Amino acid sequence: MQTFIVDTPWTIWVVAVPLIGALLAFLWPRRAVATGFAFGLATAAVSLALLWQVAASGPRIYAMGGWGAPIGVDLHTDGLSAIMLTMAAVVGTAVSVYARPYLAATPDKARGFWPLWLFLWAALNALFQTNDIFNLYVTLELLGLSAVALVALAGSGPALLGAMRYLLVSLCGSMAFLVGIALLYRAYGTLDLTLLAARADGGLQLGIPLGAMVAGMLLKTGLFPFHVWLPPAHGSARAPVSALLSALVVKASFYVLLRLWFTFQPADEGLALLLGGLGAVAVFWGSFQALRQRRLKLLVAYSTAAQLGYLFLAFPLAASDPALAWGGSIYLAVSHACAKGAMFLAAGSIMTEQGHDDIDGLDRVVDRMPLTTAAFALAGISLAGLPPTGGFVGKWMLLQAALEQGLWHWALVIVGGGLLTAAYVFRVLGYAFTESSHAREEHAVPRTMEWAALALALAAVSLGFIAPWALSLLEGVLP
Amino acid sequence: MTVNAWLPLAILASSLIPGLIIFTLPERAVALRTTLNLGGAVVKILLLVLMMVGVFHGVVFEVRIPLVPGLDFVLHADALSLLFVNLSAVLWLATTVYAIGYLEGSPHRSRFFGYFSLCVTATVGLAMAGNLLTFLVFYEALTLTTYPLVVHRETEVARRAGRIYLAYTLLGGVLLLTGTVWLYALTGTLEFVDRGFVSGLGIDPAVLRVVFAVLILGVGVKAALVPLHAWLPRAMVAPAPVSALLHAVAVVKAGAFGIVRIVYDVFGVEYAAELGVTLPLAVLAAFTILYGSVRALFQDNLKRRLAFSTVSQVSYITLGVAIAGPIATIGGLVHLVHQGFMKITLFFCAGNYAESAGLHQVSELAGIGRRMPWTTAAFTLAAFGMIGMPPMAGFVSKWYLGLGGLEVGQDWVLLVLAGSSILNAAYFLPIVRTAWFDEPSDERIRSVGPGGLESPLMLLLPPLATVAAALVWGLFATMPGTPLDWVQFIASRKYGE
Repeated sequence: MQTFIVDTPWTIWVVAVPLIGALLAFLWPRRAVATGFAFGLATAAVSLALLWQVAASGPRIYAMGGWGAPIGVDLHTDGLSAIMLTMAAVVGTAVSVYARPYLAATPDKARGFWPLWLFLWAALNALFQTNDIFNLYVTLELLGLSAVALVALAGSGPALLGAMRYLLVSLCGSMAFLVGIALLYRAYGTLDLTLLAARADGGLQLGIPLGAMVAGMLLKTGLFPFHVWLPPAHGSARAPVSALLSALVVKASFYVLLRLWFTFQPADEGLALLLGGLGAVAVFWGSFQALRQRRLKLLVAYSTAAQLGYLFLAFPLAASDPALAWGGSIYLAVSHACAKGAMFLAAGSIMTEQGHDDIDGLDRVVDRMPLTTAAFALAGISLAGLPPTGGFVGKWMLLQAALEQGLWHWALVIVGGGLLTAAYVFRVLGYAFTESSHAREEHAVPRTMEWAALALALAAVSLGFIAPWALSLLEGVLP
Repeated sequence: MTVNAWLPLAILASSLIPGLIIFTLPERAVALRTTLNLGGAVVKILLLVLMMVGVFHGVVFEVRIPLVPGLDFVLHADALSLLFVNLSAVLWLATTVYAIGYLEGSPHRSRFFGYFSLCVTATVGLAMAGNLLTFLVFYEALTLTTYPLVVHRETEVARRAGRIYLAYTLLGGVLLLTGTVWLYALTGTLEFVDRGFVSGLGIDPAVLRVVFAVLILGVGVKAALVPLHAWLPRAMVAPAPVSALLHAVAVVKAGAFGIVRIVYDVFGVEYAAELGVTLPLAVLAAFTILYGSVRALFQDNLKRRLAFSTVSQVSYITLGVAIAGPIATIGGLVHLVHQGFMKITLFFCAGNYAESAGLHQVSELAGIGRRMPWTTAAFTLAAFGMIGMPPMAGFVSKWYLGLGGLEVGQDWVLLVLAGSSILNAAYFLPIVRTAWFDEPSDERIRSVGPGGLESPLMLLLPPLATVAAALVWGLFATMPGTPLDWVQFIASRKYGE
């Protein structure tokens, strides 16, 4: 058993399993739900096996077709990849479990959902392991297209509009990225990240393509001021789709950005400051917008725009102790994935139960759906960076990085954003505890949906206890 | 000396696990819920006795779990933490008994008792925290677990009170977080040590003064130091057992305990005095003492009057700490315990008046002593203790505070104590007088318990037990095993002689 786990090339299976699942679910729509669900669970299991493999025996390199770089394409799975793959596995499992009962009432949507979702998962897993810059582009494009299709699945007017905007943004981002790739290839004659890191020499022939690629990724991640597409797309999709978009898809482009940054290590302080500054504005702008929303799902969507800002605070903080700042940022990304996934799932349950998601009409939802409310609360606590959660660990590390360098303005952004987050989370919880005369319907919500959200929220909380182990995976990856 | 890791965790688990199980119970499972509640409370006390015996024999109880890079989650049993753990565990048992009686037949009891248990878990964890990070974790956990108790009534008023409560406490939490990380960036450690860990590291005293202020403001919110106290009277909207717990054990005490930890085990009281930060703290505490008392004078609602009284009384602890002398330390720390027992009695009694006779205002209490003699007797004794009359425990606290002030040449402390005692008398004695000596004027009073018990036994026994304890500790203050005895031992470790 042990040798089986150590020797199997899970690297390739984490991409192949969801891809096969997607094909089968697409070819046999009648059995799409059962197939999709089974392959979803299998993908998660395979991802965990890969995590074990990487944790036990270090980074893995898989030369596709046995060619090897620079001629062939390599899959690299290091600690960062393993963390991201595990994040996708955890969120993916919860979303899969949730989606089955959630979509049971609309079989045609379910038949569309499963192939797309598994396809998205395959693209995501490939992206997290690729060491080739053109492959990054391909996987990003596949990811973006399946994500747009998933948003459009809702079928409503706002969802289609959101999907169209999302498509445009996604394409623009990819185009910018592609331009960067072409210029890089012209300058250095390779697409392999390891080789590029060795050959890149700075100056304009690196600066221009890098700028284009960074801009493309900012667009896709939805960092302020490129966030305008994000709330409508994330807020109008069906609940499991919103969870996937906010938890995983935006993290993919952030991951690409990190890889680029670690590869080329730009010495330009101005760019780091710019990214951090945009992040800071995003934290405040997104939070204020979240505070103003009347609908729960939009509040959660704006919260994503705000929390993404946090991830970028690492750029200006990484100078003196890179492991601390990058570690904090990556930990926040993973915690946010679990917490935000849980929040969207919980919001979906609430919307299903009472037929609307007006915040001031939550009408003692805590009595009717204690598990869902608990999921929302625990996720919110993690987002706000309150202990003992993954969000706390991430914010602690960023704060420590800021204060060790005496960079008070960044520290203020970190703690101020935390307070604003708590303000909008507890605004919802306050209404969840209060009687309201707002009209509402009453539908039964399957327990599976409630538990899936709660499990994901508990994952965000338990991240607060495993930080030293999880962060040790990053050794050797961070600059 | 051997190290034992399981006992601190078991003490946490004795309320955490019953709490989590209670959440899952249906409303009608009264017997099982009561068993879990009381069983957990009793087991916690037994485990504590075990731990105290162990500490007495030189066993070190400590758990270390890595939490963030370079820092551990530490639970550690020292003399100071045992003082607070004991207070929490004993008063939790009393409050649980009271709450079971008080909430009989009301809705959402599983939720209530679930959070109730989590809240005590957080308090006990906070007491045993071995470093500032662990303290912070439980400090925030306490905020989060008390919120559902504050908004328990599910009304619009409760929601607003909850919002104010969170606004204050989360702001305090953020200040504490900032101070903690800042201190860690400066010193590279957060471990509590007798006589502090920041001195002698060559850190700029001006920076340390600011760190001190940030940390103290952070915990000062929960300790209800003026002007950070406004949440406390509003939180009165919660059910009586919650108010009792908030005021006597959990929230305000957590703040006061935080001040104790920061002054003694982070900065070291002598170094803090050297930095010149204790005098401003003492002045702030003195102001809070007088301000709270003055505000209490004008409250007609009994619970609000008690709330302002808490604002005032808790600052005695801060004052004792900030005077920075060994004798004042004894006064302040012993008040941590004494105030807890006396104040919880007062809240139990206020709850009984509300529950049995429907009385909430001081002006309605005329003649209640004839109908509810036991409750009123407990109330009277506890009020005497608050004023500082011998032989109640409150006298012992004030005696040591006054002596401690004289010892370090801060004679103004005596004036503050005298002024506060007069004010305490001015807002407590009229209640006592009207309760015993005035003719009942309110219809509702006559309806109370002729021929039967004035209140159910579960509501009557807790205040009688707590006030008896406060009386015994006043009468036999110098006997071994009293809070005073224990606190004298603690004080001897926090000073360098």
